[in-house]
Amino acid sequence: MDEATRFFRNRTITIALATLGILAVNLVAGGYLQFNVSKAVSDMPNGIVWMFSNFIPSKGSLEKLPIILRQLLTTVMISIAASCISAILAIVLAVIGSESVGLKKPVPFIVRTIASVFRNIPTVAWALILLFSFKQSEFTGFLALFLTGFGYLTRCFLETIDEVSAGAVEALRATGASYGQLIAQAVIPLTATAVLSWVLYMIETNVRDATLIGILTGTGIGFVFDMYYKSFRYDAAALVIVCIVLVVIALELTSNLIRRMIL
Amino acid sequence: MTQNPTLNQAQDSAKGNLLEIRGLTKYYIKERAALNDVSFDLHYGELVSVIGPSGSGKSTLLRCINRMIEPTAGSIVFSGQEVIKLRRKELRMLRRRISMVFQHYNLVHRLTAVENVLHGRLGYKSTIAGMIGLYSESEKMKALDILAQLDIIDYSYVRIDRLSGGQMQRVGIARALVQDPLLILCDEPIASLDPKSARVIMGYLRAIADTYGIACLVNLHQVDFAIEYSDRIIALRDGEKVFDGNPNMLSTEMIEEVYGIAPDASQITPQIPLEPFDG
Ligand SMILES: Nc1ncnc2c1ncn2[C@@H]1O[C@H](COP(=O)(O)OP(=O)(O)OP(=O)(O)O)[C@@H](O)[C@H]1O
Ligand SMILES: [Mg+2]
Repeated sequence: MDEATRFFRNRTITIALATLGILAVNLVAGGYLQFNVSKAVSDMPNGIVWMFSNFIPSKGSLEKLPIILRQLLTTVMISIAASCISAILAIVLAVIGSESVGLKKPVPFIVRTIASVFRNIPTVAWALILLFSFKQSEFTGFLALFLTGFGYLTRCFLETIDEVSAGAVEALRATGASYGQLIAQAVIPLTATAVLSWVLYMIETNVRDATLIGILTGTGIGFVFDMYYKSFRYDAAALVIVCIVLVVIALELTSNLIRRMIL
Repeated sequence: MTQNPTLNQAQDSAKGNLLEIRGLTKYYIKERAALNDVSFDLHYGELVSVIGPSGSGKSTLLRCINRMIEPTAGSIVFSGQEVIKLRRKELRMLRRRISMVFQHYNLVHRLTAVENVLHGRLGYKSTIAGMIGLYSESEKMKALDILAQLDIIDYSYVRIDRLSGGQMQRVGIARALVQDPLLILCDEPIASLDPKSARVIMGYLRAIADTYGIACLVNLHQVDFAIEYSDRIIALRDGEKVFDGNPNMLSTEMIEEVYGIAPDASQITPQIPLEPFDG
């Protein structure tokens, strides 16, 4: 049998086994949770009907709009602030931790470790931890967004720097350029657009996460939603959701527009 | 190309050796030498090609000369100065007189051609002036003058990512020239170019060596280009120098020995670039 036949047969077998494996994992997990697929499916129509009869913004809920918008603005502002400040710190760490322009031996390793620790603790977990020290306040939410965002962005910037600027950095180093000149003349111009693009993405993600964080920290739009939801004002809660969705879509459209302009 | 007075001092120096390399050795890993006891001289204004199969140590050799890679042992005397002993500051001074040209051009794609050319002046400037890109009037004139000589003056204010491969390499050479170098190290300057652009680039290197007396040490994959354009050819195999002499002394048997028992035909005949032509 020639090599090609063997290669493609093996590949088919691998794919089949992987599919079976996924199904098996699902069955085991479902069994453990006693998750009944047929019951879940048959319950779905009822759930949807309930949702549509209760979760509809009513006329009465419209008078809550000023409160909702004010809190939404707070949330968006906190998200933007957290994204920008974490980006500044992330850039500094990424530069000193990168392969092409980083500092000496242990620094890159330390930077990578810090970044992955902060990135791998979910924002919600940060919020819960920070609640102990900073209580329910806007600052807690800001800090939670800042910490995960900073870990995530450091990681992204590290990759961007090594990917796009290694060649030019080598060339400038060979001309006798100093460290500051390398950074200013090669690394910054080459990475600026990618950095901006990541920051825009971070703002979008943070607005989404901030809603959830707000429920925990009792601030911002998350708190408003939680309040209406718990007091059975489903119409007002629905209005909150509509507002959040609109803001998220608007943000995404804006950042796509900015991206297209800078690229 | 016309005579350029500011680039002329290389020629004035006495005929002697610009570069004397003795016993140059580099170990990346303990088990195997990437460069083993390589010695040779380079005269002012000489164009020498370094050939050898992939992994034979061509890039390592080039980068040891300006210490982009730290040699393990040996001596490199450049213009009377021992390179190995230099400290950081002195090394930066040295690098101003040794420029580099790369296979992938290594330009800052987001900046214009003239800005990239001016990067060749960074070593001569204070850190702050270099960081904010503050160049003197004469430096700008010089950069534009060189761009004109390399026939890409029309693209001076065009961003690098709009240029073809051949044009990018000319910007790379312009950046090398604006440094006022005594030596240009070229690491496979034509490996990513189509044969026509490759001829143009090799022609410029030849003219630079002849007109300005700037020595060029050029790593090449294509032996026929090496034979056509160089004053001398050095061949490496497994990190050792196996040939050093006139192009006409490089026999077919020698080429076979350098590249192994069964020479890869693509190494000798003009080859179609393996990488997509980015032009
Ligand atoms: N940074 C490095 N770390 C470890 N080994 C390396 C490194 N760079 C090169 N080598 C090894 O040193 C040897 C010589 O490499 P070098 O890049 O100098 O060869 P080359 O002649 O330029 O090859 P090519 O024609 O493919 O560019 C190779 O065996 C390579 O694997
Ligand atoms: Mg090489």
